[in-house]
Amino acid sequence: MSTALFHACIGILLCTMGLFAFIVHRHLLRRLLAFNVMGSGCFLLLVGLAQDGRGPDPVPQALVLTGIVVAVASTALALVIFRRWYRVSGEGQLPEDV
Amino acid sequence: MTVQPATANLLAWLVMLPLAAAVLTMLLPLRLRAAASLVLLAPMTLLALMLGAALATHGPFVLALGGWATPLGIALQADGPAVGMTLLTVAISVPCAIHAAAYLRGHAEAEYFWALFWFLWASLNTIWMSTDIFNLYVGIELLGLAAVGLVALRGDAEALAAAMRYLLAALLGSLAYLIGVALLYGGHGSLSLAHLAQTDHAQATTAVALAAMSLGLALKTALFPLHAWLPPAHGGALTPVSALLSALVIKASFFIMLRLWFALAPPGLSTAATLLGLLGAFAVFWGGWKALRQSRLKHLVAYSTVAQIGYLFLFFPLAIGTGEAAARLAWDGTMLMLISHALAKAAMFLAAGNLILAIGSPRIADLAGIGRYRQFSLLSFGIAGVGIMGLPPSGGFGAKWLLMQSALAGGGWLWVAVLIGGGLLSAAYVFKVFRHAFIEGPKRDRFEDPPAALEITALVLALVSLMIGLAAHGPLTWLRLGTPFGVSE
Repeated sequence: MSTALFHACIGILLCTMGLFAFIVHRHLLRRLLAFNVMGSGCFLLLVGLAQDGRGPDPVPQALVLTGIVVAVASTALALVIFRRWYRVSGEGQLPEDV
Repeated sequence: MTVQPATANLLAWLVMLPLAAAVLTMLLPLRLRAAASLVLLAPMTLLALMLGAALATHGPFVLALGGWATPLGIALQADGPAVGMTLLTVAISVPCAIHAAAYLRGHAEAEYFWALFWFLWASLNTIWMSTDIFNLYVGIELLGLAAVGLVALRGDAEALAAAMRYLLAALLGSLAYLIGVALLYGGHGSLSLAHLAQTDHAQATTAVALAAMSLGLALKTALFPLHAWLPPAHGGALTPVSALLSALVIKASFFIMLRLWFALAPPGLSTAATLLGLLGAFAVFWGGWKALRQSRLKHLVAYSTVAQIGYLFLFFPLAIGTGEAAARLAWDGTMLMLISHALAKAAMFLAAGNLILAIGSPRIADLAGIGRYRQFSLLSFGIAGVGIMGLPPSGGFGAKWLLMQSALAGGGWLWVAVLIGGGLLSAAYVFKVFRHAFIEGPKRDRFEDPPAALEITALVLALVSLMIGLAAHGPLTWLRLGTPFGVSE
């Protein structure tokens, strides 16, 4: 197994762990962390899979940079909404479905 | 097809102008933001119309941004669906913006509405015109963030919870999509849809990628059973926001799904297509049933969106593995359904918002007596209802007719039953509103009077949704340009 493919496999592992945590946990901060772990796994998969057997490739690195910007922006927005939600409701999690 | 650079640059302007407008409306003093946005609607409309004219004269064309050719640079394309959706976006956004300017006058929410509105428009145009799967990812993320921001605008606990739920669904959906991007780039070394279309689709990578991306996009489109985030988000938002979200935002992820399936669907994928169709059928019945059970007017309209999304997903079983004639009818029917639902649902949300302003309560039961005093709002709601129910001559009727013909041509009797049963259910929930509106129970004779701009925008949208059924032939012919359904006629 090449290093790149190893990275891709770790990426899949991280993604799965993140998804598991995302589904299991109810607290919004934990879910947000889980989302970020998933995102990192996804980026590893993107870079690892593309470079496996083809050598260094600048395209996935550029994609991951864009992806990181998007993830940071999404996390920031989620944190702002979470803080507002915490202030008005005093809850760390969403009310369950009616 | 090569066109003049000035013509090709229309594509770039249609993304740049709303982005610039978003920044501008953040910089301007509060009282000028609405006015500036209303002024900017004119050039946006003009650009979209020029793009439509360019497509009609030159046929589909592509713009390589900054002169960088496709494998390296980013390309935007003007084919039938892209231009059609760009024009639809104008047709929905302009009345919604005029409505919002009147609706938000004096409200604190107006502070951020306009910037988010323009970001939403920029990301929609990006999605319609993109040619590669990563640009589509960026577009759908931007769209999701702008839409979540709009939902959160009201700022109370209900709106914040709805926005948070929407954001979590949107983020999860985008990640599923991004995993698909990683697999496709890893497997084929390309991001361009045109290039991916020529690769070997029998590979397992392609199938897994398509499954992951479809799952993510179905979550973002709120396909049953992944729809739980939609009713609180669309039902609880400010009225013009609800209209924009239901009319356009969910259509964007569905549109990406269409593009992907055209480019990537391996032959013999009819099982997956049937599964999507079945989920669509469940959505039609479940959404319709839940709409009927709602006590709040805007939540009824939101569940109606869940139901109508179901019709869109009938495209997959109707078009895949059924033969050319059935597939083309399915494409025409789906496009017309998408357009007429967008127009009718925007009109219905705006009219519902006006009714709520008039009665001062979000509850359907409080509509009692309004039939006598505010016929104008009720009229818009009714005309939009004609489109939602799919009665002639509305676009909804034409769309269902085409879909039904496609189902008959392909021998899919189940889908015919879904189309008819769904129509009956939608009639039930639309008439529920009217039943309450005409009750003469409590002797109430004082209702608020919504500003004329609110009433007129709702009525105009409703009338357009009715008329599109009569004039559908031309648009449907253009919408086929550059798709697998050919240029014929």
